[in-house]
Amino acid sequence: MEGMLHTLHEFMVYTKGITYILIVLALFGITGFWLFLTGGDEEKK
Amino acid sequence: MSISRRKFLGWLAAAGGGAVLGKSADAASNKHFTGYPGSKGVLYDSVLCIGCRNCETGCNKVNDLPAPDKPFDDLTVMDTHRRTDDKTYTVVNKYQNPNYPKSPLYRKIQCNHCLEPACASACFVRAFTKTPVGAVTYNASVCVGCRYCMIACPFEIPAYEYDSAFSPRIMKCTMCYPRISKGQLPGCVEACPTEALSFGKRDQLLKLARERIRKYPGRYVEHIYGEREMGGTSWLYLSAVPFKEIGMREDLGVTPAPELTAGVLNAVPMVVGIWPVLLTGIYAINKRNQKVADAESEAAVTVALDQAKLEAETKLSEALAKAEKEKAEAIEQEVKKALEEAAKAQEADDSDEGEEGTGETKTEEDA
Amino acid sequence: MSEESTTTSRSYLTPFNMIAGIIIILGLIVTALRFTKGLATVTNLSDYNPWGIWIGFDLMVGVALAAGGYVTSAAVYLFGMKKYHSAVRPAILTGFLGYALVVLALHYDVGRPWRLPYPFIVQQGTTSLLFEVAACVALYLTVLFLEFSPAALEWLGLKKVRRLAIRFTLILTIFGVILSTLHQSSLGALFLIAPSKLHPLWYSSYLPIYFFISSIIAGLSMVIFEGTLAHRYYAHKMDSAHMEEKDHVALGFGKAASFVLAGYLITKVIGISAGNHWHLLGTGYGIWYLVELLGFVGLPCFLYALGVREKNLVLIRWTAVLTVIGVVLNRLNISLIAFNWHLPSSERYFPHWMEIVISAFIVTIGLVAYRFIVSRMPIFYEHPDYKESH
Ligand code: SF4
Ligand code: SF4
Ligand code: SF4
Repeated sequence: MEGMLHTLHEFMVYTKGITYILIVLALFGITGFWLFLTGGDEEKK
Repeated sequence: MSISRRKFLGWLAAAGGGAVLGKSADAASNKHFTGYPGSKGVLYDSVLCIGCRNCETGCNKVNDLPAPDKPFDDLTVMDTHRRTDDKTYTVVNKYQNPNYPKSPLYRKIQCNHCLEPACASACFVRAFTKTPVGAVTYNASVCVGCRYCMIACPFEIPAYEYDSAFSPRIMKCTMCYPRISKGQLPGCVEACPTEALSFGKRDQLLKLARERIRKYPGRYVEHIYGEREMGGTSWLYLSAVPFKEIGMREDLGVTPAPELTAGVLNAVPMVVGIWPVLLTGIYAINKRNQKVADAESEAAVTVALDQAKLEAETKLSEALAKAEKEKAEAIEQEVKKALEEAAKAQEADDSDEGEEGTGETKTEEDA
Repeated sequence: MSEESTTTSRSYLTPFNMIAGIIIILGLIVTALRFTKGLATVTNLSDYNPWGIWIGFDLMVGVALAAGGYVTSAAVYLFGMKKYHSAVRPAILTGFLGYALVVLALHYDVGRPWRLPYPFIVQQGTTSLLFEVAACVALYLTVLFLEFSPAALEWLGLKKVRRLAIRFTLILTIFGVILSTLHQSSLGALFLIAPSKLHPLWYSSYLPIYFFISSIIAGLSMVIFEGTLAHRYYAHKMDSAHMEEKDHVALGFGKAASFVLAGYLITKVIGISAGNHWHLLGTGYGIWYLVELLGFVGLPCFLYALGVREKNLVLIRWTAVLTVIGVVLNRLNISLIAFNWHLPSSERYFPHWMEIVISAFIVTIGLVAYRFIVSRMPIFYEHPDYKESH
C-alpha cells in the first residue's frame, strides 16, 4: 500500500505536486542564472 | 493520512531528489492504474427494482438528512424526474418501459464513486478522496465552495447548500463510508427488500453481473454500466433496456477524468520552462538590434557633428582672421588718431594710450 | 473639451454619477443579502448550473478583457515597440483594476470566500486546473500591482521606491506574460473536464489555445477601445506624446489584432475538422456557432484589415468594439450558453436580476476607481519629474 499509487488521480496529485515546486524553483533559478550570465556585461539600467 | 505522507515525500523528492524520485519513476513507467485492490462497490439491478423507495428512506435515516416534503411512501413523486440535491443523496426515478408499457422501469441514482473521480480531479483543495475501500468521500472542512466539482461530475451528482450563508457544503452520497468501514452495509442496500442492490467487492460484483446476464438470456442488455464508463465506477448497473431509456447517458466515453486534463497540466511546466528563455531571447535580440541601430545613428551623428565642427572651425578662424584684420586696422587707426591727438595735445597723452591699450586686450579676450 | 470636463468634475450631479450612485446603492443592498442569506436568495444557481454570470461574465470575460496589460507591456518592453510606450500605463491600469475586480467577484461567487487562500495554504489540489488559474491570477494580480506602482509612487512622490520598482520592469513583464499565458489558457482548460456537458462545437482539446489566442485579441482590442473612450473624456489629461502616439497605437494594434484574428479563425476551423463536427454546423447550435465565428471573428478580422489599409481610425475603433463583443460572446457561450446544452430548457440557467446587479455593481466600482486614478496619477502623461527615465 505505502508508496504505491493505485489510481491515476493519485499519481497526478503526486507528480503535479512536485512539478509545481519545481516550477517555483525554476522561475527563481532562471532569473538568477540570467543575472549570472549577463553579470559580466556590466550595463544594468 | 497516507496522502499527506506521500506529499511530504514529494517535498523531499523535490528538495533533494534521490531514492524517493526513483520510486515515483516506477509508478510512472506503469501508467495503467487499476484502482485499489479489493475495493468495494454496489451492483444495482434495475430489473429487480420495484420502485418502493425504501432505499431513499434508508439513506435519509442513516445519513440524518432532513425529512422530505412528501413522505417516502408517496410514490407519486416519481411521476416527475428528480435528481440528487442537498437534502437527498439518492433518488429513484420511474421510466416508461419501451417493451412493456404496463410495467414501468426504475433507476436509482446516487454518486457512482468513480474509480478516477472527476470531482476529485477538479477540486482545487483536494476535498475529495477516493478511499481504498471504494467510497469517494468529501471533506467539508477545506471546501471553498467554488462548485467546480459540480461542473466536472459527468453524472451530475454533487449538490450544493445554496441557502446556507455561512457553512454551505457539497452534498453527495458517501457510499456510507462510516458504515462500510465498520463492516456494515450501506443504508440503501440494507433497506432494499429485493436483490436489486448488492454490496461487495467490485471484481466480484462484475462477475455476479456477468453471470446474471449469462443465466437469463434476453433479460438484460449485454452491458454492465459502470464497468468502463469514465474509466469505471464502483457503482455498477444492469438493465433490461438500453441505458439511455432509463435516463443514463451512454455518450460519456471511457476516458478517466484525470486524463482529460493531463495534457494541459503537462504543458504548464513547459510554458514555465520555455517562455522565459524565448521572451528574454526576443528582448535581447531587440535590445541588440536597437544597440546596433543606436550605434549606427550615433556614428552618423558623430560624422555630422565632425563636419559641423569643421565648418564651424573654419568659419571661426575666418571670423577670427577677419576680426584680427579689423582689429589691426582699428589699432592702426587708433594709433594714428592717438598720434595725431598726441601731436595736437602734446603732453599728458601717455595715460590715454595706456587706457586704450587695456581696451584692446579686452576685445581680444572676448574674441 | 477640457473646460467641459472640468465643470463636470466640479458638480456631482452628472448623469454618470447618478447612475453609478444608484447601481452602487443597489449593489450594497444585494451584497448584504448575499452575505447574510446565502447564494440561494440572490442567484438562480442550481445543482445543474453551479456557475452563473459571476463566473461566466465576471471571471471569464473579466480576465479576457483585462489582457491588455500583458499584451501591451510585452509589445513595448519585450518586442521593442517603443512607439507604443504611452499605451502601457493605461493598459496596465485597466489590467490591474480588471483583475482586482475579478477577485472581488469571486468573493461573491464562492460559498465560503474567507477560505479562498485555502488552495495555497491548507491543501493543494494540484490536479485541478482551477488551482492553476487561482495561483496564476493571484500572482498576476501582484505583478500588475507592482507594474502599476510606479504611477502611484510618482503621484505620492516616493522617488527611491519608484526607481526600485522601475528596475524590475523587465522581469515583471516576463513574469506577466508567463502567468497570463498560463491562466488565460487554463480558463478554457477548465471545461476540458466536462466533455459531456459542453456542446461539441465548443468543446475541443484546443480550448486552452483558443482562450490564449482570443485573450491576445481581446487585449489588443480593449487597448484601442479604452483609448477611444479615454480620449473622449480625458483629452485634457494627455500629454503631447500620448496624443501623438494614440493614432499609431490604434493602427498598429488594429493591424496586429487583424492578423491574430486570422490565425484564430484558422485554428477554429481546424478544430471543427479535428473533431469532425461539420455536420453539427447545420443545427441550431451550429448556426449560433457560425454567427460567433463569422460575425465576431471573421468579420472583425476583415474590418480591421480594411481600417488599417485605409488608415480609417473610425472603422478601427468600431471594429474594436465588435471584437470585444465577440470575445464576450465566446466566453458566455462556453461557460453558460452552450454549457449544459443537453438539459431540458426548464433546467437551464438564466441570471437572477440580483446577479446582474452585482455584476453591474462590480463594473461600476471599476469605472469609479478608474476615474479616481486617471484624474490624479500620471497615466496619460509622463510625470514632469520623471520624463527621461524609462
Ligand atoms: S459520480 Fe460524480 S461525485 Fe461521484 S465520484 Fe464520480 S465524479 Fe465524483
Ligand atoms: S466546491 Fe468544494 S469540494 Fe467542490 S471543487 Fe470547490 S472546493 Fe472542491
Ligand atoms: S450508499 Fe449510503 S449515502 Fe449512498 S445512497 Fe446508499 S445509503 Fe445513501
